[in-house]
Amino acid sequence: MNEFKLSILDLLKEDARLSAATIATMLGAEEADVSSAIAEMERDHVIVKYATVINWSKVDDEKVTALIEVECTPERGRGFENIAERIYLYPEVKSVYLMSGAYDLLVEIEGKNLKEVASFVSNKLSTIESVIATKSFFILKKYKQDGIIFEEFEDDHRLLVSP
Amino acid sequence: MIKDEEKPLIRQDDRSRSGGMQHHLAAHAREIPPSGIRRFFDLVSASKDKDIITLGVGEPDFVTPWRVRDAAVYSLEKGKTQYTPNAGMPELREAIGQYLSNQFHLTYDPAKEMIVTVGGSEGIDLALRALIEPGDEILVPEPCYISYSPITTLSGGVAVGIETFAEDQFKLTAESLKAAITPKSKVLVLCYPSNPTGAIMTYEEMLPIAKIVEENDLIVISDEIYAELTFKGNHSSFASLPGMKDRTILVSGFSKAFAMTGWRMGYACGHPDLISAMLKIHQYTIMCAPTMGQVAALEALTKGGLEEKDRMMESYNQRRRLVVQGFREMGLECHEPQGAFYAFPSVKSTGMTSEQFAERLLLEAKVAAVPGHVFGKGGEGFLRCCYATSVSQLTEALERIDSFLRSLE
Repeated sequence: MNEFKLSILDLLKEDARLSAATIATMLGAEEADVSSAIAEMERDHVIVKYATVINWSKVDDEKVTALIEVECTPERGRGFENIAERIYLYPEVKSVYLMSGAYDLLVEIEGKNLKEVASFVSNKLSTIESVIATKSFFILKKYKQDGIIFEEFEDDHRLLVSP
Repeated sequence: MIKDEEKPLIRQDDRSRSGGMQHHLAAHAREIPPSGIRRFFDLVSASKDKDIITLGVGEPDFVTPWRVRDAAVYSLEKGKTQYTPNAGMPELREAIGQYLSNQFHLTYDPAKEMIVTVGGSEGIDLALRALIEPGDEILVPEPCYISYSPITTLSGGVAVGIETFAEDQFKLTAESLKAAITPKSKVLVLCYPSNPTGAIMTYEEMLPIAKIVEENDLIVISDEIYAELTFKGNHSSFASLPGMKDRTILVSGFSKAFAMTGWRMGYACGHPDLISAMLKIHQYTIMCAPTMGQVAALEALTKGGLEEKDRMMESYNQRRRLVVQGFREMGLECHEPQGAFYAFPSVKSTGMTSEQFAERLLLEAKVAAVPGHVFGKGGEGFLRCCYATSVSQLTEALERIDSFLRSLE
């Protein structure tokens, strides 16, 4: 990855709404070069999606998120790939990571309520043949996600005008 | 019954309340004018409008990097609350020496040629107080940071402004410096990269200035607080010019580069005789810079701050391009600021004074920027806009200024 593309990614990571023209100005580059670099990174799945980070606790329609540690038996030749795929295809599953340490997969699940998540774990996840054990941890409060602190800081306290 | 006018105690009380202390004040304290920025500041402060976007504040929008803050917290937990040596913690001075050597190829002896101060401002004050005798003239290229002239007055000196021009990118020229020199000239104050213009001076551009400094036996106070914020080429310290190290007091600090304005951490480097004189004033007035601030500064230079500093610089540079292009696209002339974090567009085309423009921009477009005339000669007709604020705020501010300009047509 060249430095130009990395700079574009840095800016888009902070604000996905920045236009190619603005990014071009900020980097002192041509708009066409920025547009083609973005298009290239989209095509190569370096940029996978433009998403919004939402603090759901601010919204009435609260969601429940749980992290599930999954212990499972790897398959000959394919390791954890098949099991991971079976798990991540469920729409309730937000992320799946292969982990080192005491368990194998870490699965993030989002549901409307506690019951829905619990039922998914017992009916879908635990019943997958190679799954040996699961441990569920419900997220009570999100303080920081994807590098963004959710805590409400007070407004800018700098003076309005200074020397 | 006693009439009102016969109640002397009441009258005396009223007199002191209405400013009767004036005749007790020293002439220099009475006569320095209040900051030109004050009236505008009051106007902005009086407005309770939460929707104002301010480009008026000369400080980073970043908070001090966490590792730097954490170092100070940890030092407090360990009970590091005592005075440090007057000149500052030896390990901090060592680190400053190393940093100046790595960044700007300067060599200073931390033991004899360096003093840690309460912000860069104290360094300038100490240098002026150590150098000036009544009537000495201090040469100050303008527009410039608003404190140089009043501090000079408080030290008993006379500040002589040298106008710089947009056509010269607000750089000091050898001709104008030469023309301003009189037998009473003693000190030249330089501030490049410049607040408020964003001008820088390259090594080659400073050479003829150095020649005149030498010929006229001047001392230079070089305020390099924005040195790290140099976007075109590398910053060259005035002290790095041939023969200038002993004639220069280099003043800098941590406020701008490390987002540490509130810590008030600065330093001054120069000839041992001058540093020793400054140290005497410092020890009788300040004693030493705050200990926890020195610990934080040490962390900033050695571990936690350098990488963050580079990240912040890159961000300022990106926003600089955005703002300059924005002003030019809306038809305001704007020389390219190559340092600090200010753009200095001209509003002369509107026919308004900078004060009128800034005031109407505040009231009608809700954007606060500082009128250029407060920075001295050559500042009239310009507006200082600090771009150390978020991209979304800058974009919104530029749109508002553009609409405001179109409303004038």
